[in-house]
Amino acid sequence: MEITLNWYLTLSALLFTMGVLGFLFRRNVIIMLMSIELMLNSVNLTLVALSQSMGDSAGQVLVFFVMSVAAAEAAVGLALIIAIFRNKLTVDITKINLFKY
Amino acid sequence: MLSDFIPFFIQLGIAIGLSFTLLKAAALIGPKRANVIKQGTYESGMDPIGSAHQRYSVKFYLVAMIFIVFDVEIVFLYPWAVSFREFIAAGVGPGVLGVIFLFVIILAIGLVYDIKKGGLEFD
Amino acid sequence: MWGDMAATLSLVIVSLAGLALVVFDAFNNRHVATPWIAGLALLAGFIFEIVGLGGPEGTAYSDMLRTGGSAAFVNALVLGSGVLTVILSVPYLKKIGHNIGEVYALILFATVGMLVLGAANNLIAVFVGLETMSICLYILTGFVRSESGSAESALKYFLLGAFSTGFFLYGIALLYGATGTMDFSAMKAGVEDGGGVMFWGGVSLLLVGFLFKVSAAPFHMWTPDAYQGAPTPIAGFMATASKTAAFGALIIILYKALPTERWTDVLAVFAVITMVVGNIIALSQQNVKRMLAYSSIAHAGYVLVGLSSGLVEGYSGALFYLMVYVIMNIGAFGVVALLEWDGKEGSEQTLDSLAGVGYRKPLLGWAMVVFMFSLSGFPPLAGFLGKWAVFAPAVDAGLVWLAIIGVLASAVSAYYYLRVLVVMFMKTETEASSKLADSFTIPRSSAAVIVLCVILLFVFGLTTSVIELTDGFFQSGSVATVLGP
Repeated sequence: MEITLNWYLTLSALLFTMGVLGFLFRRNVIIMLMSIELMLNSVNLTLVALSQSMGDSAGQVLVFFVMSVAAAEAAVGLALIIAIFRNKLTVDITKINLFKY
Repeated sequence: MLSDFIPFFIQLGIAIGLSFTLLKAAALIGPKRANVIKQGTYESGMDPIGSAHQRYSVKFYLVAMIFIVFDVEIVFLYPWAVSFREFIAAGVGPGVLGVIFLFVIILAIGLVYDIKKGGLEFD
Repeated sequence: MWGDMAATLSLVIVSLAGLALVVFDAFNNRHVATPWIAGLALLAGFIFEIVGLGGPEGTAYSDMLRTGGSAAFVNALVLGSGVLTVILSVPYLKKIGHNIGEVYALILFATVGMLVLGAANNLIAVFVGLETMSICLYILTGFVRSESGSAESALKYFLLGAFSTGFFLYGIALLYGATGTMDFSAMKAGVEDGGGVMFWGGVSLLLVGFLFKVSAAPFHMWTPDAYQGAPTPIAGFMATASKTAAFGALIIILYKALPTERWTDVLAVFAVITMVVGNIIALSQQNVKRMLAYSSIAHAGYVLVGLSSGLVEGYSGALFYLMVYVIMNIGAFGVVALLEWDGKEGSEQTLDSLAGVGYRKPLLGWAMVVFMFSLSGFPPLAGFLGKWAVFAPAVDAGLVWLAIIGVLASAVSAYYYLRVLVVMFMKTETEASSKLADSFTIPRSSAAVIVLCVILLFVFGLTTSVIELTDGFFQSGSVATVLGP
């Protein structure tokens, strides 16, 4: 059985969906952050697979940028979470609700 | 190609199945007589003192975050290093070297800021 | 490489100034020269873009960025907004006791991201620009860490922003898979007859990402929270510059990279939802910053009306509208920044605290009159001409119903804009508002910015030369394609 492009695309689509569901249904901010990282990395998989199958390097170039952006987002996100935690002593998103409609 | 792995998957299945079966069997068959001594953290050792949840300095997070950023930036150096010979062959070696120097200088500026703000001081 | 740098001199100046500021700030925090460096660098970039405004279009950095034409226009708006934000920020940050140098460095880096985004000619550049901008804005929203409102709004903005980045990126990946390229101009050629699931899936995910960044409903949830918790001049910067840059990139993608027929109706639907949601919810707001946030959502809807026409007049009208929008909102946020008293960046201040302030501070009062009338679209102010520039192409494209909804929505908006003026001029002064009016004198720099915005609104309300200029961006023969319904 050949591992074709569709396998990679399906896998990354599944991972992306897991990330989306994790973001929507978990209440812990750190888990939400991890879900976002999962989404970004599943896209990386898509890009690398497409890039490989088309023999074009643009996709792989974007992967490098995505990786560094993911790192920067993780750093900023963790810093914000720590700032929130110092104020509220919780990382539960349902308890972070100062603003209302 | 995947058919070569069938013996491996069978073995994997047996290993996982066996371990679950044995654990479940132990839980079902084994007698359960709980008492205070048995439920203690260390059955015939010392009684534990205080909570195991200890707070440690948030500085560790700071160093970890700085590490993430600088670690990933190094990723950009690898493709550059791999294709540098081709750049030299194409006659644009010095220019490409200049570009990567610019990149490293920008990183160095970040590091200078970090050190100056005390991001790398352990206490 | 040097030629590319000369062609994108504004980008180079602002990035170098940002880097220099980081080093300078590490050794002299809170130095009085920091805002000057930032402001002058942005001003230099602004002048460079204005000079190059009518010039020929080109590309730089191996077709990654566009120069001249609409890119120069969007960049000029972003840089102008940056200059005014820096000027307004200095007294405000001093007042809240957070006049730290990093803020100005972050404004510069956010501007760099916006310049890349507004001038992008490739999906990679769009992504890099968008993220550089967004990450800086997350930090700017939450840099008053001790204030729980600020940290909370930054966290919400960050989580939703990063979430939408995931969709945006997946859209890029699918578009890349469907067309085999990330270059805008090559993309249209790469679409095989009508696209396919992958192509349209990519387009829709990309649109979701963009609609989030321009805070169009139903992806607007972060906007009110982020603006309410952010320091007020920074909220003005987010409302104007980041939206301008994102719309600039969206316009170019729609114009260059996608075939027109299919997405116009989709955008029209989003335009309606955005205008209705933004205006209706704004009616019930008591906090001025939150009201301005919902108003900015509504204005994103008006710009989308222009885009959904699918005509070049719609794109150029949208660019003109963005310029007017930048001027109005920088001014309005500037006034609100001065009228704050609660020590929590205005996040808990209600409209009633402004009762009668219009007579005590006539400059702010009358400037607010101009901004509010312009936001609701009264002639002869620029807001009217802007609305005309986006609604007229929609009518031309046969979307008369859309234009009617737009006009009705702006009629509704007049209620909440004018309510601010009623409170400021017709309510009797309360103890709180009189204390507020006594508590400060208007800094000369802020007054200059506000007066400048007022004058510009009158000038651009009476001349159509800017619309002729923006029309010219889409007439060049290089991307001659059949547009329209």
